[in-house]
Amino acid sequence: MSADTPLMKEPDANAGADANANPPVDGSELIRFEHVTKRFGTNTVLDGLDFCVDSGKHVTLIGPSGSGKTTILRMLMTLVKPDEGTITVAGERLFPANEQQIRDVRKKIGMVFQQFNLFPNMKVLRNITEAPVTVLGLPKDEAEQRARDLLELVGLTDKADAYPTQLSGGQQQRVAIARALAMRPQVLLLDEVTSALDPELVAGVLDVLRDIARTTDITMLCVTHEMNFARDISDQVLMFDSGRVIESGSPERIFSDPEHDRTREFLSAVL
Amino acid sequence: MTWDWSAVGDFMPRFWDGLLVTLQALVVGSLISFALGLVWALLMRAPSRWVRWPVGMVTEFIRNTPLLVQLFFLFFVLPEWNITFSALTTGAIALGLHYSTYTMQVYRAGIEAVPAGQWEAATALSLPVRRTWTAVVLPQAIRRVVPALGNYVIAMLKDTPMLMTITVLDMLGQARLFSQQQFQFTEPLTVIGVAFILISYPASLLIRALERRLVR
Repeated sequence: MSADTPLMKEPDANAGADANANPPVDGSELIRFEHVTKRFGTNTVLDGLDFCVDSGKHVTLIGPSGSGKTTILRMLMTLVKPDEGTITVAGERLFPANEQQIRDVRKKIGMVFQQFNLFPNMKVLRNITEAPVTVLGLPKDEAEQRARDLLELVGLTDKADAYPTQLSGGQQQRVAIARALAMRPQVLLLDEVTSALDPELVAGVLDVLRDIARTTDITMLCVTHEMNFARDISDQVLMFDSGRVIESGSPERIFSDPEHDRTREFLSAVL
Repeated sequence: MTWDWSAVGDFMPRFWDGLLVTLQALVVGSLISFALGLVWALLMRAPSRWVRWPVGMVTEFIRNTPLLVQLFFLFFVLPEWNITFSALTTGAIALGLHYSTYTMQVYRAGIEAVPAGQWEAATALSLPVRRTWTAVVLPQAIRRVVPALGNYVIAMLKDTPMLMTITVLDMLGQARLFSQQQFQFTEPLTVIGVAFILISYPASLLIRALERRLVR
């Protein structure tokens, strides 16, 4: 485990599945999309998209629905394959790539979903330990320790033995965040993680994410409609429209002085 | 027609023998149908159509031919290929095989009912395909289909008398034997009719209770 991995509570040599991962945290490039195109039927969702994200950055993708933001996250998580173009993560090819390469890269990426997608047949603790044990080969007690540390981080220490259905949406989403972090990914993808929550539960989840953004050097890509949150945690905001990045910059600039008309329209509609 | 309690008394020892045979056929047949149905359902999701196609053909064939024909086939034709089982074993295999083509549909529905998000979460956590099946998808799918499987067990119970046609002395076989020897038909047939309902009605209540608990 290299020192630059997020959430190193215990400096274990055992999380070794990604021992070869040596992510540069000096702000060098971590994710690169080149000429990525994706069509669903006749609908072109992404059209020759180019963009890159530097290591350790917190990037928010904004834009009208259907502009391809979620598709980008799903491509990085290998849930969707592009039609054309190349995707590179930490110098390794994610697309086009063979199964083995895809598996290797996938371990560096974690994702939190809009609908949480916790495993309802497993208790909270095992939701978090399942992948570290079966994928990383972590001993069970070590994985459980890691899980309990993460539950502390998301404020749910007392819920280790609950089933997901016994938790509120906000609690489930915090478990899902802990579950993603248990794999110690270099990149955390957040796909509208508060959209399915009752309004009064949103703050708890955002607080946890803010905490993670502040205290770790994990690279974050989020798709969100919470502009305040975007402003809060992002280093960079990318404005999407019709499958392209039409504007990017610091949140201060994008939100206060958008260059593009489409950005202005979008922001006036959501803010 | 008069009701003769002494005939009931005379029949009871044979009834218990028959009940035991019926339950043996039912238990073994059910277990075969649960296991084989799951195998069929999983094979039908194989990536290669060279697996799916033959499995689909075979199971359609079994589902669309009468159980009685299959029983006769297994009992009279297999020995010609030097494959011999006892009549009861043959009957249990036939029941299990026939019903596996129904349980496979139940499993298929259960597997398809597992939300896509569960597969996506498993991918996001890099769980291998095998582990995704055994730890995530099947536990959720099977939990959901337990009541439906139970309904097929009850249906199978009501098909067990067919085993009589291949010389198995199940409840109906014993009743018929008794009737032929004593010329008393009403009492033994009534006894086994009551026995069937005493088994199947509580079982269906149990299934309804399971349904409320497991299917959410």
